[in-house]
Amino acid sequence: MPTTAASKSANAVLRAAIRKRFASAEHEFSLDVEFSAGPGFTILFGPSGAGKTTVLDCVAGLATPDAGRISIGKRILFEAKTLDEKPSVKVSVSQRKVGYVLQDLALFPHLTAEQNTEYGLAHLPRTARKQRVTAMLYEFRVDHLCRQLPAKISGGERQRVALARALVTDPCLLLLDEPLSALDAGTKARIMDDLRGWNRVHRIPILYVTHSRDEVMALGEHVLVLDRGRIIAQGTPHQVLRAPVQETVAQLAGFENIFDATVESVHQDRGTMMCRAIARAPAGGEGSSVLLETPLIRAEPGSQLRVGIRAGDILLAIANPTGLSARNIIPGRLISLERRDLMISARVDCGVEMEVHLTLAAREALQLEASPELKLWLVIKTHSCHLMQK
Amino acid sequence: MSIDWQAFRLTIELALIVSAILFAAGLPLAYWITFSRWRWKFLVEALVALPIVLPPTVLGFYLLVALGSRSPVGVWWQSLTGHTLAFSFTGLVIGSILYSMPFAVQPFAASFASVDRKLLAASATLGASPLRTFFRVVMPLSLPGLVTGVALAFAHTMGEFGVVLMIGGNIPGATRTVSISIYDQVEASNYAGANAMALLLLAFCFAVLAVVYGLHRRTPKQKSWPIGLTE
Repeated sequence: MPTTAASKSANAVLRAAIRKRFASAEHEFSLDVEFSAGPGFTILFGPSGAGKTTVLDCVAGLATPDAGRISIGKRILFEAKTLDEKPSVKVSVSQRKVGYVLQDLALFPHLTAEQNTEYGLAHLPRTARKQRVTAMLYEFRVDHLCRQLPAKISGGERQRVALARALVTDPCLLLLDEPLSALDAGTKARIMDDLRGWNRVHRIPILYVTHSRDEVMALGEHVLVLDRGRIIAQGTPHQVLRAPVQETVAQLAGFENIFDATVESVHQDRGTMMCRAIARAPAGGEGSSVLLETPLIRAEPGSQLRVGIRAGDILLAIANPTGLSARNIIPGRLISLERRDLMISARVDCGVEMEVHLTLAAREALQLEASPELKLWLVIKTHSCHLMQK
Repeated sequence: MSIDWQAFRLTIELALIVSAILFAAGLPLAYWITFSRWRWKFLVEALVALPIVLPPTVLGFYLLVALGSRSPVGVWWQSLTGHTLAFSFTGLVIGSILYSMPFAVQPFAASFASVDRKLLAASATLGASPLRTFFRVVMPLSLPGLVTGVALAFAHTMGEFGVVLMIGGNIPGATRTVSISIYDQVEASNYAGANAMALLLLAFCFAVLAVVYGLHRRTPKQKSWPIGLTE
């Protein structure tokens, strides 16, 4: 029965250390990661080409690491101590009991939703099989489609059938490779709710690959940020995306404003430092820059850094503001004003070009018009200036 | 009209046996050709394709040598059954299998290769063995290619001449096939009889090929031999 199988694997933790090299004529890629994933969602986040799918393939057994160790609970799926030796343990794909929903789902086109779901239950007697399949299709709200071929149902429904097919086998781990990338937000949210509901009972680790920042925020309990084959940050979505340490994360995390900066002076007493941010684009005028007061980090005057500021963290004033706690009040001129959905993006030249986001209401309150050369003041808190290694 | 019905019956029987054996033996061979990573695989592929380019007389000659009463195989067969393998129906079956093999194996392999590898991966993660994956996923999705292969092997065996002449000879009821019979009739200046049989064979082979190509017309996405070869 599902419950006994689930309790057996409940709270098992996936531990993986994977090293794998690919060398082709054009480029070389090496993957070297070590992580663990407990029950619940672990998000594997990173740009395409970072090695996310390869990690999943190695865990599922579809790809073989050069060296490393993969285990779920006490069960070792793969072990190879060194690069030269043959793996001492290598459980075959079909014996791993790892559910894997591939990127384009890979539903069998010649089998109905019901037959697809039944596929992994060949070892069960017919009646038990039917029972499990019906219950699972019902749980994922696609029981009415059981006689349909995959080509005849919608993308969201296919997604649900693919999840049902993987989960009906009671896997001890679920791998999802960008499963929702093609779906609209509402459909996505409803499917995730059903998956969460299922996992509240079964408590297995779910490794979820995505390159969408929104999905990280919406799903994440634990996030691993993967870039060029390495895990460069991990933690809660809040920790990883709000306080990035490396620029690749920063760009993913949506810093609209990123500048090269030089530390000019360090003020231990005030807990801040002064950094000169330099305009990066050559079109932005040569050598123009702006001085910013930033949080104190361990750095010498003259150190090269990068500073990132979110467009939504910058205040805009139409008169020189006074009596503020914010340390950076910078005069500038309006370059452009552009409406995007329910938000206004303003570009302001204040030595460097800065993108600022406002709500429609804020624009109305300021009576801001796209008149060029309009004088403005940018207000940026010290702690809105995020420093990164270069 | 002097249609040699005995020759027709014999030829159809031969073609049925050969295409049945080629179906059974061609599946694992085609599977191996498609999925094996052996570095010398191309040599096997070349060997299988050889009958396409080789004159049937060359194949027939070496088969005759290999199966004849002086060869180890021939001697063994003779000790077992009391008659020679060459100039017998069984010898004809063996020759035809080799001669028609590429016409079955190549479409099989092409259609196996066109099955999305992700489906095979999905099948494995769902606990299915390679054998189960083959029967539940690879074969059903390769159906047009399998039908093509069997039909081509059948039609090709129906129409063969050189190999049959070399290793079968011309024994009525044992090795005299339609093509040999037609040749006989022409030799005997019986053009009317030759015409009748030739026309019948032509119509039959055309019907088989029409079925094959008709099948591919209905599944335009699946590119496989023979369409792939003529592109």
